[in-house]
Amino acid sequence: MFLTDTICAIATGMGNAGIGIIRISGSEAINIASKVFKPANDKKVVKTMKSYTAAFGGVYDGDNMIDEGILLLMKGPHTYTCEDVCELQCHGGVHVLKEVLEAVIKAGARIAEPGEFTKRAFLNGRIDMSQAESVMDIINAKNDFAVKSSLVQLKGELKDRITEMRDTILYNTAFIESALDDPEHYSLEGYPQKLRVIVDNMVDNVDKLLATYDNGRVLKEGIKTVIAGKPNAGKSSLLNLLLGEDRAIVTEIEGTTRDTLEEVVNINGIILNIVDTAGIRSTDDVVEKIGVDKALKNVDNADLILYVVDGSKQLDDNDSQIISHIKGRNVITVINKSDLDVVVDKLLISEELPGDIIEISAKYGDGKEELYNILNDKFFSGQLQYNDELYITNSRHKDELIKTRESLSKVIESIDMGMEEDFFSIDLLDAYEHLGMILGETMRDDLADKIFEEFCMGK
Amino acid sequence: MPYLEEEYDVVVVGAGHAGCEAALASARLGLNTIIFTVSMDSVAMMPCNPNVGGSSKGHLVRELDALGGEMGKNIDKTYIQSKMLNSSKGPAVHSLRAQADKKNYSAAMKETLENTDNLTLRQAEVSELILGEDGRSVVGVKTFSGAIYHAKAVILATGTYLKARCIYGDVVNHTGPNGLMAANHLSQSMSDVGIEIRRFKTGTPARLDKRSIDFTQMEEQKGDEHVVPFSFTNTEDDIKRDQISCWLCYTNEETHEIIRNNISRSPLFSGVIEGTGPRYCPSIEDKVMKFPDKNRHQIFIEPEGENTNEMYMGGMSSSLPEDVQYAMIRSMKGLEHAKIVRNAYAIEYDCINAINLKPTLEFKDVAGLYGAGQINGSSGYEEAAVQGLMAGINAALKILGRNPLVLDRSQAYIGVLIDDLVTKETREPYRMMTSRAEYRLLLRQDNADLRLTDIGHDIGLIDDERYKKFCHKRELINSEIDRLDSTMVGANKSIQKFLTSMGSTTLKTAASLSELIRRPELSYEAIAPIDPERNELPEDVIDQINISIKYKGYIDRQKEQVNQFKKLENRRIPEDIDYNDVTNLRKEARQKLMLIKPENIGQASRISGVSPADVTVLLIYLKSRK
Repeated sequence: MFLTDTICAIATGMGNAGIGIIRISGSEAINIASKVFKPANDKKVVKTMKSYTAAFGGVYDGDNMIDEGILLLMKGPHTYTCEDVCELQCHGGVHVLKEVLEAVIKAGARIAEPGEFTKRAFLNGRIDMSQAESVMDIINAKNDFAVKSSLVQLKGELKDRITEMRDTILYNTAFIESALDDPEHYSLEGYPQKLRVIVDNMVDNVDKLLATYDNGRVLKEGIKTVIAGKPNAGKSSLLNLLLGEDRAIVTEIEGTTRDTLEEVVNINGIILNIVDTAGIRSTDDVVEKIGVDKALKNVDNADLILYVVDGSKQLDDNDSQIISHIKGRNVITVINKSDLDVVVDKLLISEELPGDIIEISAKYGDGKEELYNILNDKFFSGQLQYNDELYITNSRHKDELIKTRESLSKVIESIDMGMEEDFFSIDLLDAYEHLGMILGETMRDDLADKIFEEFCMGK
Repeated sequence: MPYLEEEYDVVVVGAGHAGCEAALASARLGLNTIIFTVSMDSVAMMPCNPNVGGSSKGHLVRELDALGGEMGKNIDKTYIQSKMLNSSKGPAVHSLRAQADKKNYSAAMKETLENTDNLTLRQAEVSELILGEDGRSVVGVKTFSGAIYHAKAVILATGTYLKARCIYGDVVNHTGPNGLMAANHLSQSMSDVGIEIRRFKTGTPARLDKRSIDFTQMEEQKGDEHVVPFSFTNTEDDIKRDQISCWLCYTNEETHEIIRNNISRSPLFSGVIEGTGPRYCPSIEDKVMKFPDKNRHQIFIEPEGENTNEMYMGGMSSSLPEDVQYAMIRSMKGLEHAKIVRNAYAIEYDCINAINLKPTLEFKDVAGLYGAGQINGSSGYEEAAVQGLMAGINAALKILGRNPLVLDRSQAYIGVLIDDLVTKETREPYRMMTSRAEYRLLLRQDNADLRLTDIGHDIGLIDDERYKKFCHKRELINSEIDRLDSTMVGANKSIQKFLTSMGSTTLKTAASLSELIRRPELSYEAIAPIDPERNELPEDVIDQINISIKYKGYIDRQKEQVNQFKKLENRRIPEDIDYNDVTNLRKEARQKLMLIKPENIGQASRISGVSPADVTVLLIYLKSRK
């Protein structure tokens, strides 16, 4: 349930900083901290720590120590959220932070929504309206966005697998419930053993899904977008245009961007994780070559490629090389320098890259709105989606998957203990709800509908 | 000529299961009450199945009894067979069901009504609601004969009588159930005061002559040896009697063939029936068409009473023409020579959209007017009865100037039922099911008294004597559980020997008696030999001890969920909220919220079309408004 449970998040930026903080807030915060943090001093007990005191110790996932760090414990109402708050200061590496966050989730917290700490602070009377309005904006954007995008956000195999699992759970729960509701028509004789096999299978599936997320990438929220093109086509100018500031170094000298730059931009609610790459060309310069190789690698991993073409020049060998490399991918061709005479052969490009093509002037900002519209259309039509393996989405999904597995394990436990069948329903439905959270779907009246649809009820 | 006949505190329209409970509750709380029925011979009539209870419905009756309602006591007086369904399953889904002697049930309830102080019975058709000058509150009713009855509250419990039509084949009778007079005027008056009217449908199977049935071809269904009374005021000995059997038979491929060949003659297919029927109680033709893979369906032959030859055909409701009914019934084993006493029929009736009611069952837009039972879009005697009780209680409390009684989803099935009715737009007659209750492990039929007797006493429907007995029972349970929790047994020889003899693993360290009871192979009774200090306890107390200890883990988890639930339930939404001011709500959510006007955030979150983000927006708005 929202608002009443305990939430957690990585409170520091996602770069490779020296220190990273995980913040936990809610009525269970101290309890959760006591599960994942063991003070180095044996005599110290987390639950009896005074407010606004710290302890040094180990952070654990079960018996397994993940990191060493400091626990700062603050008791409500004298905290930012007015709830009990615990902060775990760990080593800053992304991988370590991720593991700590997962341990915290396993211990009972859930990932916070954007702005949720502030939201709680407001609802608990900690901050005033003017501060809250900005939070409202975030929540509101999210609301709008979630509704429009929930159908397209999650596609492909993950969605199929989760939907399939949910169907299986619902069907089996409906069967149990039909038998309980109408015991004279349906018998549960021998059913627990059958269900055991089905649930075992589902646990395997969940484990497999969870395993695919443990790949330790450098992760950020957003659609992985790569700006690619030959040197001096205007890639960095495009990035600056999207960012609205001079972040990348722009010069007239080819090959200025020797490395890759990463930025996160929010365009009408769609979050792009943009990588600006070095210009791609054949080169003998060793340093530049590293940049080019990296650029090509980034292109290979991208969800969306913004291919920047210098409109004032004819296509050359470098362009051909790039085009053949990105052919068949999700590409928007951005013909830059529309302020100059556009001489490039657009027909030729569209034959090779049949996606969207637009002309812009990164320098003067012409065509920006059109680019935004294309991004919007692509997103809401489902051609563009968050990479499921990206961090925040991933973590939220992972959170729910972990909880799904826990609920399914409890079903198995109940079966093995020889509990009566009605106990299975409780945990099956919990698993169903957690999977639903990934798809943005809630329970509502699914079960009753399923019972009537699949099973013939008497009287 | 209209004339003023009398003044009452409360008028109850209809004397079915809802009306009777409403009138009794109101009269017992000291209010001058009158109950109207179109026929004095149909008080507490059971026009369909001859039983009370069943899965989740049994829970409702036990809860009603704990609050001081009548249905449990009445069925205990008049049952002819009793069964605890699902007794091999967990305690949460044990469900009591009793076959009733219909005539006796009806007569016993009528007798109770007739002998209740402050209660007047009157045979008349109520045809009009009378509103006050403000047009927003009810001040009385008018009967078809022109008599005016002033009242501070009016409870509509009209069942399936409003503009009722009974249909089979191409035969349409403009009557209520069992050929009784329909109430054809009140719907118009309701509509005139702005109440939304909907049309629902339900059905009932044929009744057969017992003498024409060959029971040797059927399986006998006996009652339980050990009978559990519905009412907490009764013990097994109080109600023990010889039970009468039901019988099980089956449809077959031939039956299905007859149905398929004649399906075009069903009024459902021809469009004669407009109302929405329930999916959970489909007619036999629905079952056959919808589940073609099933080559047989169970049919239960149930006596309608001790002194009648009429037998009810459970599972065989239909609206097919009479000749088809004969053909399909006679295609079944044991029914080859069956004689029909009453035809199966579908019945259509007017009802309201319950989202127009508050959780007290009072109409949002007409103060003092309440709806209870099938008129609210529910189905079933038990669902009707509990609504009647709650409407009766709330009408009385309002007149007495006391706080209303609303049970929430964590307190009772009654709470789940009413919350569903007033929050979710049901598109078919609503039936209770245990799966609708999120916290069903806590809402058991065995602990309905523990959950609700305090409330019943507080309201004034449970007398001091009964309450004292109840408190004693509760005390016995709690103190014994405390003792079991704190009594430790060591890992000594005699204990280990005892455990081994019970097929249980031996102890490594000392354990409490509770921990031992929790083991699947042990129980409170089983560990008696190693617990010499115990006192003798009544059986219902021992049941509670076993359940509380054995299922503690699950129960604690549900209690934690209830705590979360309560937090949202306790955030009230002021009545004067204008959702147009809540700028960030999505359109669909805004419309739904304006329509349903939830009383608290919890209820708002259960409205379909209101997302968690909408709820957040609402919370922030409410906070900033202060």
